[in-house]
Amino acid sequence: MTKDTSRVNPLENEAIYIIREVAAQFEKPVLLFSGGKDSITLVRLAQKAFYPAKIPFPLMHIDTGHNFPETIAFRDRLVKELGLELIVRNVQDSIDEGKVKEESGRYSSRNSLQTTTLLDAIEEFKFDACIGGARRDEEKARAKERIFSVRDDFGQWDEKNQRPELFDMLNGQIHLGQNVRVFPISNWTELDVWSYIERENIEIPSIYFAHTRATFLRDGLIWSSDDEVVYRDENEVVEERLVRFRTVGDMSCTAAVLSDAADIASVVQEIRESTISERGARIDDKRSEAAMEKRKQQGYF
Amino acid sequence: MRKILILPTSYLILKNMEVLKIATAGSVDDGKSTLIGRILYDTKSLTSDKLEAIEKTSKQKGYDYLDFSLATDGLVAEREQGITIDVAHIYFSTQTKSYIIADTPGHVEYTRNMVTGASTSQAAIILIDARKGVIEQTNRHFFINNLLRVKEVIVAINKMDLVHFSEDIYNKIKADFETLMQKRDYQDQNITFIPVSALKGDNVVHKSRNTPWYKGQTLLEHFELLDTEDVYNVGTPRFPVQYVIRPKTEEFHDFRGYAGKVYGGELSVGDEVVALPSQTKSKIKEIYLYDQSYQTASRRSSVTITLEDDINVSRGDMLVKVDDLPTIDKQFTATISWMDSQNLVTGNKYVLQHGVNKVLAKVDAIHHKIHPDYSGIEEHISALGMNDIASVTFKLNKSIFFDPFKNHRTNGSFILIDSQSNNTVGVGFIQ
Ligand SMILES: Nc1nc2c(ncn2[C@@H]2O[C@H](COP(=O)(O)OP(=O)(O)O)[C@@H](O)[C@H]2O)c(=O)[nH]1
Ligand SMILES: [Mg+2]
Repeated sequence: MTKDTSRVNPLENEAIYIIREVAAQFEKPVLLFSGGKDSITLVRLAQKAFYPAKIPFPLMHIDTGHNFPETIAFRDRLVKELGLELIVRNVQDSIDEGKVKEESGRYSSRNSLQTTTLLDAIEEFKFDACIGGARRDEEKARAKERIFSVRDDFGQWDEKNQRPELFDMLNGQIHLGQNVRVFPISNWTELDVWSYIERENIEIPSIYFAHTRATFLRDGLIWSSDDEVVYRDENEVVEERLVRFRTVGDMSCTAAVLSDAADIASVVQEIRESTISERGARIDDKRSEAAMEKRKQQGYF
Repeated sequence: MRKILILPTSYLILKNMEVLKIATAGSVDDGKSTLIGRILYDTKSLTSDKLEAIEKTSKQKGYDYLDFSLATDGLVAEREQGITIDVAHIYFSTQTKSYIIADTPGHVEYTRNMVTGASTSQAAIILIDARKGVIEQTNRHFFINNLLRVKEVIVAINKMDLVHFSEDIYNKIKADFETLMQKRDYQDQNITFIPVSALKGDNVVHKSRNTPWYKGQTLLEHFELLDTEDVYNVGTPRFPVQYVIRPKTEEFHDFRGYAGKVYGGELSVGDEVVALPSQTKSKIKEIYLYDQSYQTASRRSSVTITLEDDINVSRGDMLVKVDDLPTIDKQFTATISWMDSQNLVTGNKYVLQHGVNKVLAKVDAIHHKIHPDYSGIEEHISALGMNDIASVTFKLNKSIFFDPFKNHRTNGSFILIDSQSNNTVGVGFIQ
């Protein structure tokens, strides 16, 4: 049914509204950029929010040092093209300074070590708002997250004492030392993000599309073989497989999926038909049912 | 920049673009979480890993059925105690729409959570336990959804399996609810009754064979057929300015754009507008979304507007059509819902956030408390506590530009912020 009034995309309009509120209500906002599809989508939304002016805040990447090289190359190209400021803070530095201890063994990952580096960076730059690409559909504890989520001086999330969010109104008032984590695409699903990337023709790193990769199997999941970064038992055999990544984080905690989806349309189709959730391929959540909630309380994104 | 007359066609063909936000209301154990879990299950929205987790936990707990409430109860304490503590948002989509359902907890901070859920929803499901019928709590659920002018209400009479799917019981509950409906203030609300069993799945997504006497739609069918444009309350166009865009680049040297979201109605290029509070007149020159310009900005779109004249407009100001001014005043009376453990008393000062505009407000008088179960009002009140609803007059340090809530859901509402704790402590609906 066609109507004379044109329809709008409510999710995009909501996200742009939220991003503009951040720029207006905070003194030192930053957009946390991981190089993944959600943060790339955020960058596009921020471009839209302020066009024809530039995005009025920097991007920050907390680099685990275990990222896919494709992601880093993509990141550097994007900030250059858009003329944005990029801040990089390294987990390796936190390890070298003895602030965190590298995990070892079979399921070791630098994913949870990011928290310390992130909190230090927030303090270093005195950021009062950090925009992130988390979505409520990702995980059960995230479903409880506010759009403006207040963190205390220690970056902690008090999940039982959150501010109510009424209508469109966002309360960004905080005490000195507190900061707010902002989630403009809270209400998007994985499929919404992919559909948007398709519609907007947004460029994303090549690892999201089918490619041949040296991999090995563990616990029914497909891992990228990179002995520097990903722990592998001797009896875990490396084989070439046609895969792609559905979510992109640290190499040591992101598993690939078998796929021949080589372009965005096939990826959207694949997601539409999928029966496994996005985070099903993230070992960091599988550690325990409450894994995410626990990490969030400690200041993780 | 390209000039086109309407939004590009890509907007019209984009899938998952129609979004319907639904709030649930019901007392503890009426089956809200189970109902949402059931919808997810029957629409095949539960991914295999989530389903496995539910099966595993249900078995651990010794249930001989699947406990669908596990799909929504996300916090550790919630799973341990088997209750919902905080509002959870659940997402699923069908061929026609994307749905967002708020699962609202049913106890201590109940009014607060329900008001919050209803404020962002266009539809609500009120659950009634068929064994209990309309109870005092039901009055409350209905009152709040009516107070917040939620356009579409579904009364789901649940646990029909426990009353042998009795038509008589269903009719009795429906009649009781209809009596309650006569007391409502917002008469345009659409109300639909559906007999369901959330646990067994009757009339949730699939039609039940146990209720041959029920000729209506299932819960999901009902939502599928709703036009998402019709679930919004229509008002007059209001454009609160969020942010002033000044690129100061060579290409856009003199560009001065007002970024914001259009509420209530549409705004078009050429419209004569007034900027508030300055009352300066101008005309809309261009409407942008990103690098495209448009003839018309539709309701709820986030756009950037430029004006013909170089007038002074900043964040918190508002653009409205010349023949369509809101009330401009430093004083008003509102119905408020109090959400803080510290009482509101006459003389207290708060930061009042009206849309994106902030002013200071002083409580001038508390007129009366309103019992949210339609049992009347209580006068001579000196303080309001958590979950109280009351009629209050505020005095402001600066004028705001508002409409009565009944004419404009956005421009008639505000929140109160405690300047000590910075918490959001209340919400108001201007009378
Ligand atoms: N027999 C029956 N039990 C139900 C039905 N819906 C919910 N229940 C049960 O009622 C209890 C409370 O349900 P829950 O969804 O947690 O209620 P909530 O507090 O409203 O979220 C659980 O034991 C459910 O299994 C129903 O339609 N029939
Ligand atoms: Mg519940």
